[in-house]
Amino acid sequence: MKNIAVNKGKKPKSLSQFMDNETVAGYVFALPFIVGFLFLMAAPMALSFYYSFTEFDMLSTPTWVGLDNYVRMMNDRRFTGSVRVTFRFVFLSVPVRLVFGLMLAYVLTRKAAGVHFYRSVYYLPTLIGGSIAVALVWGQLFQRQGVVNVLFNAVGLEGVNWFGNPNTALYPLILMSVWQFGSSMLIFAAGLKDIPETYYEAAEIDGANKWHVFFRITLPCLSPIILYNLVMQTIAAFMTFTQAFIITGGGPANATNFLALYIYNHAFNWFNMGYASAMSWVLLMMVAVSTAIILKTSKKWTFYANE
Amino acid sequence: MLKMKQFYKFLYHFLVIFFGFVMVYPVLWMVSGALKTNVEIAAGSLTLIPRYWMWENFVNGWRGFAGITFSTFFINSLYLSIFSTIGIVLSCALVAYSLSRIRFRGRKVIFTLMMSTMMIPAQVILIPQFIIFHRLRLVGTFVPLILPAFFGSAFFIFLMMQFMASIPKELDEAAIVDGCNKYTVFTRIVFPLLKPALVTTAIIQFYWAWDNFLGPLIYLNNPQQFTVSLALRMFADTASVTDFGAMFAMSTLSLVPVFVMFLIFNKQLVEGISTIGLKG
Repeated sequence: MKNIAVNKGKKPKSLSQFMDNETVAGYVFALPFIVGFLFLMAAPMALSFYYSFTEFDMLSTPTWVGLDNYVRMMNDRRFTGSVRVTFRFVFLSVPVRLVFGLMLAYVLTRKAAGVHFYRSVYYLPTLIGGSIAVALVWGQLFQRQGVVNVLFNAVGLEGVNWFGNPNTALYPLILMSVWQFGSSMLIFAAGLKDIPETYYEAAEIDGANKWHVFFRITLPCLSPIILYNLVMQTIAAFMTFTQAFIITGGGPANATNFLALYIYNHAFNWFNMGYASAMSWVLLMMVAVSTAIILKTSKKWTFYANE
Repeated sequence: MLKMKQFYKFLYHFLVIFFGFVMVYPVLWMVSGALKTNVEIAAGSLTLIPRYWMWENFVNGWRGFAGITFSTFFINSLYLSIFSTIGIVLSCALVAYSLSRIRFRGRKVIFTLMMSTMMIPAQVILIPQFIIFHRLRLVGTFVPLILPAFFGSAFFIFLMMQFMASIPKELDEAAIVDGCNKYTVFTRIVFPLLKPALVTTAIIQFYWAWDNFLGPLIYLNNPQQFTVSLALRMFADTASVTDFGAMFAMSTLSLVPVFVMFLIFNKQLVEGISTIGLKG
């Protein structure tokens, strides 16, 4: 401490003074992120971009092939098929998931006994849904002789060969994803509690009915949160991998061959690192464009109270 | 009027409980499957009470594969989860402190970069990262699964920044008047006060790491190092003679740590998930 006093105003600063400088301290504390970003994000991304123009099997050195990988994709039926399957999955699972999340958040933020407990119960599938354990169980539920078909039979419907038919194989996976609406439910519930009571009171004085209140007050107030959930869930849905890997392996007839799974197989089963890298950039573009579209259109339907 | 109200109240609870039961039914079915015979499971029995209580399923399942028992798999999973959790908690606290408490040049750029990492699909980075770790001869070790945690994760940095915003800045200023510097403000003031956010982070990261499948799938190839998730998948792999009872028994056990944490830290977990979303 004495040192600092003596050095005050002079050019050579003590080490501790140097370290306490805003900029220095800022970078020291941010160092883990900066190093991680450079070596685990930026460098890999640059490498991946380079590999996407090469043929690379990890044994020999990468050979430059120009745009070949990207051209190959256009003629690769399994690739175009997997893009289609991925989009179908995203379009079908994300909106339904959000609707359920919002509905249950609305129902479970009432002033009723036990709502905390109920919310935990509804969150449980999300808590454990990403695990291999649940994927294995899910696959079992939809077997030919599985619980779902037994239920179908009980109400007089014919059993479905869910994973044996390309037309039905995707639905159990979509249902599994919808089943895990818990996170969006919790986020919506937090948002619902933040809507000022005065808005509702004003609506009541104006004689608005419940539907009016929901569509004119609740939904607009929640719109920023809907946007957030929509973006995050869409990104996550594009990356769906484990369910397909464990339950269907991409089959039958590539009906559940999500792009993430197809990329995995090319990279880690067949060691086509170049082709896999190129496809991963297409996946990135798909995510980026979808997010951009959502954000662009969101200006029309999101509402910020402080604007 | 009063009767009507009571009826609606009853209807509300009835419906919520009914659909709640439907929601958790698959989980309950798995737990009961852990105690059923293979025949009963394969026949798709809906009942949650096993006909014969097959406690042997746990014994058979625990035996594992090729002489490696589930003790090994559980220890591996614990090891990975604990160390990556320590890494995430420490690194994220440091980075969050710099971004929310220190005004330095480049802060905004770093913050933007950090937030943008949330949007990048894991697949894009996975392949080159694998090649890098392969070059470093680290594939087949736990390093690629633990090391990245020590460089922070955008989700948790953001979570902690949100929490830090609620710690009054006057505390920092008072500490500096009392002779603290940026570092001791962190260790003596901010870090201790951050405890609720640290707990939330630790819980969520632990269970993410516990559930992680793709990482171990890519980086681990020696069954001695397999995590519980990888081991469970082997039940599905040996397709012809699947021991469903054993599979469900081990599946159930694999969820116990996550479930216990959920029961103990329910409040922190729920608050954490809500906060991550609030100011997106």
